[in-house]
Amino acid sequence: MSQDTQEQISAEIAAIAVQAGPDERQPRVDYAPYRSSVLRHPTKDPRHVDPETIERWAPCFSHRDVHPLEADLTIGAHAGINSQVSGEPIGERITVTGRVLDGDGRPVAGQLVEVWQANAAGRYVHKNEQHPAPLDPNFTGVGRCLTDADGGYHFTTIKPGPYPWGNHRNAWRPAHIHFSLFGNQFTERLITQMYFPGDPLFALDPIYQAITDQRARDALLASYDHDMTVPNHSMGYRWDIVLSGRDRTWTEPEEADR
Amino acid sequence: MSHPLPTPGQTIGPFYGQALPYDGDDELVPAGRADAIRLHGDVLDGDGTPIPDAMVEIWQADAAGRVPQAGGSIHRDGWTFTGFGRCSTDATGHYSFSTVLPGATDDGKAPFFAVTVFARGLLDKLLTRIYLPGHEANAADALLSSLPAEEAATLVAVTDAQGLRFDIRLQGERETVFLTHG
Repeated sequence: MSQDTQEQISAEIAAIAVQAGPDERQPRVDYAPYRSSVLRHPTKDPRHVDPETIERWAPCFSHRDVHPLEADLTIGAHAGINSQVSGEPIGERITVTGRVLDGDGRPVAGQLVEVWQANAAGRYVHKNEQHPAPLDPNFTGVGRCLTDADGGYHFTTIKPGPYPWGNHRNAWRPAHIHFSLFGNQFTERLITQMYFPGDPLFALDPIYQAITDQRARDALLASYDHDMTVPNHSMGYRWDIVLSGRDRTWTEPEEADR
Repeated sequence: MSHPLPTPGQTIGPFYGQALPYDGDDELVPAGRADAIRLHGDVLDGDGTPIPDAMVEIWQADAAGRVPQAGGSIHRDGWTFTGFGRCSTDATGHYSFSTVLPGATDDGKAPFFAVTVFARGLLDKLLTRIYLPGHEANAADALLSSLPAEEAATLVAVTDAQGLRFDIRLQGERETVFLTHG
């Protein structure tokens, strides 16, 4: 485990932030404050190509692949490892819903969404997990669903906790849910993380801060939606996702693209 | 209509193993079927060290060049070719698929496997292509022919005894050419 301090990491984050351009919509893959990235990023810019036929299509998933109950992470039984359990997971029950859109603003319908997350204590069910927080026998933290005709998705889960990691001394990740998404085209494939509003760890986290533009970072924040909150049952969060597999100048779209 | 701003990517992290892999994820066709080939290789970092927590996905046409549009990649029936596969690297940084060679989707076009790479430490996905070694259409391919020979070589698999070998180098000498699409 690294002995770099949060102060060192924060100073590096700040030094990069002042050089950052306003149009950087994606994380920098070359982002040394996230130590594991140092040897795992390409040094060359990606090569620009016109998509070929196979890249203009995306894999299909169907109700053969995904059972509707897999969208409820609080029932425990679907993920295989907890098939005996019938209890409720501990934590703040939430629903997370939103729409998946492509780069032209069209709904991504009937497409696969996969999620995974820590439990309420900040612990993952994973063999390499070392955080000595309790496992929850009623929670695997894994879900799937297919988007509806309008691109909508919906999960019921519990709010994950923040957890410590080895990037530097006293490093903690803001609470998040991992999302894996497919679009209408192969090039729209996305894996990302959804965060919760107001987390005090945002400024300290090199993974979140690797997105150098505040507006782009904000796109990963769910919003609390009281209309989605179910009385005597669960809190509600809303988060929309836009998948774009195309290079574009985001600030000034060409007339022909409108 | 204006284009909505795209949602940024984030790293897959270390803990996807309970969520994303599934039984049969790397068998687009059953291993051992007469026309099955193995597509495999290492995912390597800038020091040439294998990456044991990477995930590779492939998306491809069938042997006749048709684009599959059938579900069933997660619960495979052994007969339907869905064109999609997923493989987490093992403890030695190796991935391996059982599949078929993709056919050309358009007359005269070079067939390839479309590839996505994720890893802990990699802040966003990477996209690339695996072309077939010695294919007659490679010479006229717009991407391959636009690259210096040593870079083009990073996109072409090598034939081995079981099929095709393709190493993915995230950084350093012989760094794989990654793509962005316009």
